[in-house]
Amino acid sequence: MIKYYTFKIKRYLPNETPKTRWDEFRVKLNNMERVLDGLIKIKETMDGTLTFRKSCAHGVCGSCAMKINGKNRLACQTLVKDLPEIIEIEPLPSLPVIKDLVVDMTLFFQKNDKVLPYLINEEPPPQRERIQSPQDQHKILESITCIMCGSCTTSCPVFWSDKEYLGPSALLKAYRFLFDTRDKATEQRLKAITGQDGIWRCHSIFNCVEVCPKEIDITKHILKLKRLAIKKGFKGGQE
Amino acid sequence: MEINKHYFDTIIIGSGLAGCRAAIECIENGTVGVLSKLYPTRSHSTAAQGGIGAALGNEEEDSPEWHTYDTVKGSDFLGDQDAIEIMCYDAIPTIIELEHMGVPFSRTVEGKIAQRRFGGHTRDFGKAPVRRACYSADRTGHAVLFALYEQCQLRGVRFFQEFQVIDIVIENQAIQGVIAINIKDGSIHVFEAKIVIIASGGYGKIFKVTSNAYASTGECLSMLFRQGLPLEDMEFFQFHPTGLYGLGILITEGARGEGGILINGKGERFMERYAPTIKDLAPRDMVSRAILSEIREGRGIDGQDYVYLDLRHVDKKILHERLPEITTFCKIYMGIDPSEAPIPVVPTAHYAMGGIPTDIDGRVLRDVDGSFVQGLFAAGECACVSVHGANRLGCNSLLDTVVFGRRAGKAASSILKSSTKGKVKKERLALIIECLEMLKNNKGKETVASIRKELQQAMMDKCSVFRTEEELKLLVDEIKTLKERYKEIEITDKSKTFNTDLLEAIELGHMLTLAEVIASSALQRTESRGAHYREDYPKRDDENWMKHTLAFQTEKGITFKYKPVKITRFKPEERKY
Ligand SMILES: Cc1cc2nc3c(=O)[nH]c(=O)nc-3n(C[C@H](O)[C@H](O)[C@H](O)COP(=O)(O)OP(=O)(O)OC[C@H]3O[C@@H](n4cnc5c(N)ncnc54)[C@H](O)[C@@H]3O)c2cc1C
Ligand code: SF4
Ligand code: FES
Repeated sequence: MIKYYTFKIKRYLPNETPKTRWDEFRVKLNNMERVLDGLIKIKETMDGTLTFRKSCAHGVCGSCAMKINGKNRLACQTLVKDLPEIIEIEPLPSLPVIKDLVVDMTLFFQKNDKVLPYLINEEPPPQRERIQSPQDQHKILESITCIMCGSCTTSCPVFWSDKEYLGPSALLKAYRFLFDTRDKATEQRLKAITGQDGIWRCHSIFNCVEVCPKEIDITKHILKLKRLAIKKGFKGGQE
Repeated sequence: MEINKHYFDTIIIGSGLAGCRAAIECIENGTVGVLSKLYPTRSHSTAAQGGIGAALGNEEEDSPEWHTYDTVKGSDFLGDQDAIEIMCYDAIPTIIELEHMGVPFSRTVEGKIAQRRFGGHTRDFGKAPVRRACYSADRTGHAVLFALYEQCQLRGVRFFQEFQVIDIVIENQAIQGVIAINIKDGSIHVFEAKIVIIASGGYGKIFKVTSNAYASTGECLSMLFRQGLPLEDMEFFQFHPTGLYGLGILITEGARGEGGILINGKGERFMERYAPTIKDLAPRDMVSRAILSEIREGRGIDGQDYVYLDLRHVDKKILHERLPEITTFCKIYMGIDPSEAPIPVVPTAHYAMGGIPTDIDGRVLRDVDGSFVQGLFAAGECACVSVHGANRLGCNSLLDTVVFGRRAGKAASSILKSSTKGKVKKERLALIIECLEMLKNNKGKETVASIRKELQQAMMDKCSVFRTEEELKLLVDEIKTLKERYKEIEITDKSKTFNTDLLEAIELGHMLTLAEVIASSALQRTESRGAHYREDYPKRDDENWMKHTLAFQTEKGITFKYKPVKITRFKPEERKY
């Protein structure tokens, strides 16, 4: 089935005046096509200046997160047939816009760097693999599927009001290592996430869970982090 | 125009598995800058699903010798056996090392790395399928890439993300450095270095239906080719048998490894006819041909141009635990649940066996005599060592990226002290900037999108699974016309900020160059071997064609030279499964 859709796109062109405007495009798409296909059609046939990030086109690389009809989602994973005829698109909120739908993700990635995002284990490794039971591996299973798309953190009201907050994605990354039985930097990492910008700031608003394209229950993971922190003696707020 | 200059001992182009693995090696001995047109973890390695091969023997008896044999046979005897042996024996320590670096592999009940079956991987020289692919559910590439990137961060590797390389500077047969655009603001950056390692991945986007990412355009290969360096075995391009119908999105071979089967319109498990011993787990070239033969002979589903991949009989728990990602793809993109309905599939352009010729330590070769470009290395899908020969086996590519990424890094480090710092001349830079400006301001009636579309369609129609002289000749002419038309392109975006319009135009120019190399290489090889199947020459011809093709650009157009295949242990035999 082929149908016309109206794409209303919030433009940001740093060298034009005014810098910001809304443009409308009418695009013909079939029911297997995604918002990303629509954007590509517009760029290819109507306006070559329209700018957005893309790469894998099937929801695994995390490039194409944007706000579509009020909700952060991946353009390549959102089928147009599931949307109304008018599709409103904006860049991810609360990060500086570079151009059109491209935001500057530097701040988002920097949050990640703060939680020591790598396996730390200084014991000399065994000859073969470190043994980890399937049950233990399952503890981190959900958290390792994160594609760093930024949908969660930029949908979080705590982050909107305070850019110092580590945010759901970075905390999930901390979880990924804290609950990996092979990692030995528990104290260090808990220290990094229990300061005033860390886990205690999460008020379980669940916006992140609602938007995560990988359906990760991020809030549940943050709760587990809180429990671990308390167990290890890192108390609320001022550590 | 203001130019930003940088110096690093080693520059690596690409932050996929090969680039990141090389960086971990190089940072031990000097400064390293990694340039990537994407944020590192968005590299296409992240899309790899099914697994990474190593004869760990965690699930059943296995040996690197069997792995070597399978790879040689899978390559249709075109793979270089010295390199294959290195890969298959190095596989074991390399995977163990990845585990130590933090890769969250799936586990066996004893807590070891879990392994599953994959196409063409067998026990005891072809007797039966063996569990050899190490995996992390069906997100293996993602799991390995994150771990490697994280280790790079830990070790202080500098990343220049969203920097697109537009020139690789070689002078006096030695590498000098690279020139790149910072995509964010359009500024030009010169990186001088002692060593450059190219790890720029594949180029599946030359074909219309592909499992590859938008970024897989292959410009770095073309940059070398245009400077007179050879490209090896470009006629061998793998079509993966199971791409989602209409989209090309990959359904991993791991799905068949876990018990999935292919069925045609008559409900037959047709692979029994083509590969009686290992059936659906035959190598990809054979399965892709089988699927298209079924379709051609009218046995597609309802006579249409696809077949089914059937997973309905596979335990739901296995689907959930080991194949969650592809299950989700089917639900999102096709609206089907693989535990209840079969998946419509057709072959999709997937993997480039050919590429930049290198020796077993990643040194980039300049000619058939084994001479190389001083200080220049390549690893990963962009390179041709050649371990995959005429057809790559599943789960051997991720392995190739880490084994040879590591080896290239080591070899590069070992010559660092004795190497001199490269120098990018002003004239070279001026020329590149001039070309950019010309492209940006060019006036004409052609668009990037229309030429790209025609190229992708032509390559798909005339240079995919089945090929003939007649069609390949037409194709070469068509590409030449497209190249002429390319001179008339006009882009709309004239700005400096995040100008993807301009970057895509640059990529397209290189895609046209590569396409011509692929088509011409396919035209000159008058035999059928692995993924290169010529309907007019349906037999493998060892007498005349047991050799690697090296394509060169000369004033007379593309010319060819040949390099012998290294045969050590396994003599060529007929390929039966
Ligand atoms: C869907 C899919 C599934 C797969 N599954 C498997 C599997 O299960 N097992 C297996 O063994 N293999 C698999 N493969 C193959 C394997 O994933 C790839 O061959 C491998 O990941 C390539 O890695 P790489 O490091 O060479 O390149 P890539 O990961 O593609 O990285 C290329 C890098 O180069 C950069 N780059 C390119 N050009 C430029 C430029 N001009 N300037 C700056 N940077 C540039 C990119 O930004 C990127 O960082 C799969 C492939 C696909 C497409
Ligand atoms: S947790 Fe989900 S929403 Fe957040 S960055 Fe990861 S994938 Fe995106
Ligand atoms: S393009 Fe990769 S997630 Fe959308």
